[in-house]
Amino acid sequence: MESVFGLVGKDFAIVVADSSAVHSILLHKTNEDKIMLLDSHKLMGASGETGDRAQFTEYIQKNVALYQFRNGIPLTTAAAANFTRGELATALRKNPYMVNIILAGYDKETGPSLYFIDYIASLHKLDKAAFGYGSYFALSMMDRHYQRDMTVEEAVNLVDKVIMEIRSRLVVAPPNFVIKIVDKDGAREYAWRESIKDAPVIAS
Amino acid sequence: MSRRYDSRTTIFSPEGRLYQVEYAMEAIGNAGSAIGILSKDGVVLVGEKKVTSKLLQTSASTEKMYKIDDHVACAVAGIMSDANILINTARVQAQRYTYAYQEPMPVEQLVQSLCDTKQGYTQFGGLRPFGVSFLFAGWDKNYGFQLYMSDPSGNYSGWKAAAIGSNNQAAQSMLKQDYKDEITREEAVQLALKVLSKTMDSTSLTSEKLELAEVFLSNGKVKYQVCSPGALSKLLVKFGVTQPAADAS
Repeated sequence: MESVFGLVGKDFAIVVADSSAVHSILLHKTNEDKIMLLDSHKLMGASGETGDRAQFTEYIQKNVALYQFRNGIPLTTAAAANFTRGELATALRKNPYMVNIILAGYDKETGPSLYFIDYIASLHKLDKAAFGYGSYFALSMMDRHYQRDMTVEEAVNLVDKVIMEIRSRLVVAPPNFVIKIVDKDGAREYAWRESIKDAPVIAS
Repeated sequence: MSRRYDSRTTIFSPEGRLYQVEYAMEAIGNAGSAIGILSKDGVVLVGEKKVTSKLLQTSASTEKMYKIDDHVACAVAGIMSDANILINTARVQAQRYTYAYQEPMPVEQLVQSLCDTKQGYTQFGGLRPFGVSFLFAGWDKNYGFQLYMSDPSGNYSGWKAAAIGSNNQAAQSMLKQDYKDEITREEAVQLALKVLSKTMDSTSLTSEKLELAEVFLSNGKVKYQVCSPGALSKLLVKFGVTQPAADAS
C-alpha cells in the first residue's frame, strides 16, 4: 500500500512518497516517482490506482500549463487545488479517479501551502497530511513532533522519523522514498531514502 | 456596394470586410454614448441615457451600467436587448470560473471569454452579431484597476480612457488631449462629465440624462458604486457642466 505525506515549514513545503510500483504480489520497481512537478512552484504527490494516478496527475499538470500559456500568469496553489478537486468531483459519480493527492505549493503573496485532496474529492488546506497505511504512522509521528515554522533541517528530521516508523512497523513496508521540496526558488527533488537500490534502467 | 455579401454574417466581402459586423457598429454609433476613464485609484464609467421620461421607474435598475461580478462592472452602448444576453453570459462565465478556482476571475480573462463568444457570431452559426459595445471596468490582484473596450467583432483592448456610442470619435480625441497618467478618481469623474457634456447632443445636462459609476477599493475590497441622482446633480454643479452644451466651460 502506497504512502504519501507532506508538511508545511517556514517558507517551504515538503512532500514525501514511497517509490514502489506494485502489481498484486509483484514489485515492479522501487524507484517510481509519484510526486509530479505541477509547475515551477507546485508539487503534486499522488497515491492510488496506478493508471488513474498517471492519467489524472498528467491531466492536471497539462491544464495548469495551458492556463499559464493562455493567460500569461500562473495559477495560485489554492486555485490549482480547487480546480483539481473540481475535476475529481465531476468524475466522481460517473467514472471516479481512484487517486489521493497531496498538493503543495509556494505563492509569492501567501507563502507555502499544502492541500489534502482525497479520491472522493474532499479538499482540506492543512499544515500536515498523509495517505495510505503509512498515514497511521505518519500522522501520529507528525502530531507528536510537528511545529509551525520548522526549518528544512527540522522538517527533514521529522520526515526521516516517519520513514523509519513506516519501514519498521508496516508489514509490507515500501523500501524506498522520494522527498521533494517547494519554496520561493521553486519545486525540486530534495533527496531519496533508499534501502534497496534498483539497477538503473537504460533508456531505449 | 457589394450587397450580395451583406446578408450572411459568416462570409467575407471581396474587399475582405465583414459587412454585418460593420453594420452592427453602425447601430452602436447611434446609441447613447459611454465613457470610461482609468485612474490610479479606480475606474470611472459615465453613460448617456437615451430613454428619459418622467414616467420611467428609475429606482433600482440602470440603463447603461451593469455589475458582472463583485470586482467587474461594465457600461454598454447599442441594442439593449442584445446587451442583456451578453451581460448574462459574462456573469455566468465569471461564476463558472469562481466555481472551478474559488477565486475571482481575472478581468482580462473575463473580457476575453466574452469576446470569444461574440467572435463566434461572426464566423459560424448564421446568426447576426450582437449590436453592443462594452466598456469593462474592474480590479484584480494581477494588474490592479483595468479598463477594456470590446466591440461586435469580438476585438478588445485595454485602455486608459475610452468612449463608445454616439460621437465616440469626438469624445476619444478629447480624452486623448486631456487625460494625464496620474489622474485621480475625482479628476477622472470631472473629465468624464466634461467630455460627455461636450459630445452629447442634448442642449442641457441634468442628472436624469446621465449615469455615473465608479469601481474602486475600500478596506481592501472592490466596490462598485452607482452615483445617486442627487449626488450626480451636485457633481454636475460642482464641475460647472449643468449649463447648455454651448456654454460648457
